[in-house]
Amino acid sequence: MALIELRDLAKTYDLGEVQVHALRGVTLDIREGEFVALIGPSGSGKSTLMNLLGCLDRPTRGSYVLAGEEVAGLSRDQLAQVRSRRIGFVFQNFNLLARTSALENVETPLLYSKAFGRSDRRARAAELLDRVGLGDRHDHHPNQLSGGQQQRVAIARALVNKPAILLCDEPTGNLDTRTSREVMNFFRSLNADGLTVILVTHDLEVARRADRALVLIDGGVVADTTDFDQAAEMLHRRVLDGDDA
Amino acid sequence: MEIFDLLVISLRQLAKNKLRSGLTVLGVVIGIAAVTTMVSIGQATGDLVRTQFQSLGANVLIVFPGRVQKAGVSEGKRASLTAADAAAVASDCPSVRAASPLVGTQGQVIGGNVNWKPNELLGVGPDYLAVRNWPMASGAFLSERDVLGATKNCVIGHTIAQKLFPGADPMGQQIRIRNIPFTITGVLAKKGANMVGQDQDDIILMPWTTVRKRLQGSNFANVDVILVSARSEDSSAKAEQEMSLLLNERHKISPGERSDFHVENTAEIAKVLNVITSTMTAMLSAIAAISLVVGGVGIMNIMLVSVTERTREIGLRMALGARPRDILWQFLVEAVVLSCVGGAIGIAMGISASYAITAGLNAMLPDAHWPFVVSVPAAIIALVFAGCVGVFFGFYPARRASRLDPIEALRYD
Ligand SMILES: Nc1ncnc2c1ncn2[C@@H]1O[C@H](COP(=O)(O)OP(=O)(O)OP(=O)(O)O)[C@@H](O)[C@H]1O
Ligand SMILES: [Mg+2]
Repeated sequence: MALIELRDLAKTYDLGEVQVHALRGVTLDIREGEFVALIGPSGSGKSTLMNLLGCLDRPTRGSYVLAGEEVAGLSRDQLAQVRSRRIGFVFQNFNLLARTSALENVETPLLYSKAFGRSDRRARAAELLDRVGLGDRHDHHPNQLSGGQQQRVAIARALVNKPAILLCDEPTGNLDTRTSREVMNFFRSLNADGLTVILVTHDLEVARRADRALVLIDGGVVADTTDFDQAAEMLHRRVLDGDDA
Repeated sequence: MEIFDLLVISLRQLAKNKLRSGLTVLGVVIGIAAVTTMVSIGQATGDLVRTQFQSLGANVLIVFPGRVQKAGVSEGKRASLTAADAAAVASDCPSVRAASPLVGTQGQVIGGNVNWKPNELLGVGPDYLAVRNWPMASGAFLSERDVLGATKNCVIGHTIAQKLFPGADPMGQQIRIRNIPFTITGVLAKKGANMVGQDQDDIILMPWTTVRKRLQGSNFANVDVILVSARSEDSSAKAEQEMSLLLNERHKISPGERSDFHVENTAEIAKVLNVITSTMTAMLSAIAAISLVVGGVGIMNIMLVSVTERTREIGLRMALGARPRDILWQFLVEAVVLSCVGGAIGIAMGISASYAITAGLNAMLPDAHWPFVVSVPAAIIALVFAGCVGVFFGFYPARRASRLDPIEALRYD
């Protein structure tokens, strides 16, 4: 049984006059321990899919089974619990709480889960900060940290609840090449320890660090491959087609 | 989420914006401070009125001689009351506990090496102290024999004892009142000042007959007023009726004719005063409470702004696993903490203000000893009320926050 099973998963935004089909029936499986890159042109529905995978949003149609549990019809409370227990998010713009220390930022998800008692929370958050190499920056606020450091705080925060899946929507989008390579190395090592990583990226070089590529175009998966050259070609062709049209 | 964590988060959040938090709670601070001050001063006034009437004596009624009118022209007070009237009232009215005639005079007193003019120089009957509920400090009070013989014995108040015989025992000492030698046979217990700050211990009591015969050289047996105490607060109205009946009969006033005396019931006055002070307190407090509501609206306004400003934070917290109710609690606790902090500051300010007002009153009336009352129940009620204001006005913004869609909130800019 796969960790993630999507069957005809669709999301339509109803804007009254027009209906935006952001996702048109996606069917795929992702097994535990995979490292998947989600690529596609802007507006192809990558973020929409990530939000559904992260239980932040509910699909218009289809089924999403996460670790054996159907989550498509869950209530807001239940979805929050799934997020809390199983999912870690890393955002492009880091999304740290301003004027709040790195340690407290990392601690925040623990407030919403019962995994750690109050006394253990600090220690757990500190442990994670040490692991991302920020052992000496516990008390720094986000505005006292570089972009790369902020993203590392965000990664520590995503990992603090021991999630099954790490979802990263363009995690390197705001970082320079060197820093994004460091971040990718870190993801690789996490993946080597068994964490399932799914990341959205525009950067093919970044995508190549994953094991499997999902190419999304116009809300549909057009390629699901481990051959990144093929994926790149699919993407390129579609972009050119788009230009012709 | 546990309440402790919620408190920590909300306090941190409020500390991030100290000026704004301060201005937000200002309304609640002022409201609670005003209510606390009103209740405190109101209670102090009530207490003062109560102790004043208690110090006057137990359920005291005062019988005054009436005015005499001839052809509609008032001709001043008539000498209509006698000591015999007082004795009759004491013996024949079942609701009366004790009665004493009273004759006032004034004059210079010389004792030791000191020349002194007492506040009150009164001629009274042997039951005067019983009426006024006033114990002796030492010695014995004037007796029936003193009254009958118009003796030159007197009983002095605490202040007189201190002024004339500092550090010495005044018992048995001679003093000269209007140049007539008197012997001190007793000293009264200290009573303190009355409501307008007059020292009640600056007093010399002697038989009323002595005042008439020796100080005034008159043979009239009439007295200025008769002081009466009823058996209980409830029986004071009845005592009033009984006395009116008896005195009308004694003075041969036929029914329908105007009495030549009138009775003042201090218990009734006390009741009226009590009603007035508590009504005033309630009214002023209600007005002050309105400012609390205004303060609550201020909190709601800022909480709504805060929810909008922190939409992304709310989305983020939801992404990190917060349930809608966690968000609801976070903002609700923030509003309640805000209003309770405001309430606590308000109580502190209210207590300070009442202290200052009390001190001011006492400075103006040095001997009144206006009490400084801090009502703990009122403070607790005020705090709970502030908390309720926080819940009431914080709920709507908090619910709005909790109903945000995680994605839309995250994308909000
Ligand atoms: N809240 C929304 N309401 C209406 N339409 C939306 C909403 N969110 C996304 N869409 C539409 O859905 C489609 C997919 O959007 P999505 O954000 O998933 O694209 P994306 O692949 O992440 O693009 P990018 O690479 O630019 O981030 C787009 O056409 C977008 O306009
Ligand atoms: Mg996107």
